[in-house]
Amino acid sequence: MKSMAIEVSGLRKSFGKQSVLSGLELSVPAGSVFALLGPNGAGKTTLIHILSTLIAPDGGKVLVGGYNVQTEQELVKQHISLTGQFAAVDEVLSAEENLRMIGRLSGLSSSQSRTRTEELLKAFDLVDAAKKRVKTYSGGMRRRLDLAISLVVDRPVIFLDEPTTGLDTVSRRALWDIISELASQGRTIFLTTQYLEEADQLADQIAVINGGRIVATGSAEQLKARVGGEVIELLNGHDEVIHTVPTTGSIQDISRTLNELVHSVPPGTRVNIRRPSLDDVFVALTTNGKEVL
Amino acid sequence: MIASTKPAKPASMLTTNLVFIGRSLRHSLRNTEALMMAIMLPVMLMLLFTYVFGGAIDSGGDYVNYVVPGIILLCAGFGSSSTAVDVSNDMTNGIIDRFRTMPIKSLSVVTGHVAASLARNLFATAVVIGVALLVGFRPNASFIEWVLAIGVITLFILTFTWLFAAIGLVAGSPAAASGYGFALLFLPYLSSAFVPTDTMPSWLQGVANHQPITPVIETIRGLLTGTPLDNSAWWAVGWCLFILTLAFVWSIFSFRKKAGRR
Repeated sequence: MKSMAIEVSGLRKSFGKQSVLSGLELSVPAGSVFALLGPNGAGKTTLIHILSTLIAPDGGKVLVGGYNVQTEQELVKQHISLTGQFAAVDEVLSAEENLRMIGRLSGLSSSQSRTRTEELLKAFDLVDAAKKRVKTYSGGMRRRLDLAISLVVDRPVIFLDEPTTGLDTVSRRALWDIISELASQGRTIFLTTQYLEEADQLADQIAVINGGRIVATGSAEQLKARVGGEVIELLNGHDEVIHTVPTTGSIQDISRTLNELVHSVPPGTRVNIRRPSLDDVFVALTTNGKEVL
Repeated sequence: MIASTKPAKPASMLTTNLVFIGRSLRHSLRNTEALMMAIMLPVMLMLLFTYVFGGAIDSGGDYVNYVVPGIILLCAGFGSSSTAVDVSNDMTNGIIDRFRTMPIKSLSVVTGHVAASLARNLFATAVVIGVALLVGFRPNASFIEWVLAIGVITLFILTFTWLFAAIGLVAGSPAAASGYGFALLFLPYLSSAFVPTDTMPSWLQGVANHQPITPVIETIRGLLTGTPLDNSAWWAVGWCLFILTLAFVWSIFSFRKKAGRR
């Protein structure tokens, strides 16, 4: 049995009268990439804040790296690194100064911090801008620096709260490559995202959060299977779907279906075979919710 | 490529504080406009009071000798008020979350700002005293009296800096922090800083004589120019320590509350 990097059971949290998390259950195996998917306001950031000791839960049990986030905070902190939703970098300092500062604060000696800073500037393609103030950086550079700062010392569990929100496609892909590389080195990565493609690309396991609970978990494939199989769509000349028929996807089934339909549809009708995307899963799970499953 | 480095153990309190002090000093040096303002404004005020208002104010002696201690305090108050903005900036930026998830005492962020403010303001005070000497300020203090005066000024700066740090911690935004800070800066005007309090209406004298700034100014004035000290030194130190303790406790409390939302 694999050890768990994160274990959450019966987690509750409310702000005033508003309940944000209500009886959340979750477990993330060590060394995996776990994506938490959910609409705005679903409780993603609150959950990350609880896991990273920033806020205290109202109830339930939360273990990170086997340590309790409420009673063993200091041990949890030695185990994690958090890259929050807003680039947590010091804008007045340069990239180099930011990295060295975090190195020293993390317990590295002065010379260790210097070596580590050079390594990270190279790895994250920030050598040219290393001595410029972060204020002048683009969004993508900030995010890269932010992630580099999280990796100054090796922490087994890395939290990334919406790591690519607001980035252009090129920067996003560059960041995905970095995240995949981190994962391949055996770290546990817990990320939140609104982008299904991101979850699909990066995660071993995806959990969908809605209304403060996990409404589904599984791999991307498992989740897609849960909303149903493939469908044959009939499209009119304007690419509008005029009819859908479920199918097993086999050649026999598709052929039989099309034969039945071929005489009853207007001329010019075209056919599309669609597999459910994570978008379909997401919409199904977060709009009319749990009864779909 | 992104190989790993493991620290032997978390950073010590000393290292943590030194790192944050270094960070805040860098911030101060790079915010050239604020630094210039912190030095230029008191110098301009001193010139204004000495040459423009000074002729009309009868302080029972050379006005420049009377007003310099007040200007020093005004300068210290103004200079430490930017701590509120610095602290508030940090608290509203994502960086505080990063510090708080690291195994360090994250209140050291605030301590760093306080130490930098102390350094900045002592420097500004030195400039103000330098310019004062140029425009005719003639202190008759002995070496010991200078040391004591600087001690009182340092305590005052420290007290006000912690007070402004606390304000920065409770303010909703850096702009609000700056606004609250501004209100406090009226205190020196309602003291014996610029005019002797016995020239004020009697109800105002009550306020002016019993607010914390007056004994601090009287102490510095007494030490530097030899006016009678009476009890003001005790009152000055007492007030400062009292406010310092309150501000420090208030800071710790609001740091926990704000940063922790616990």
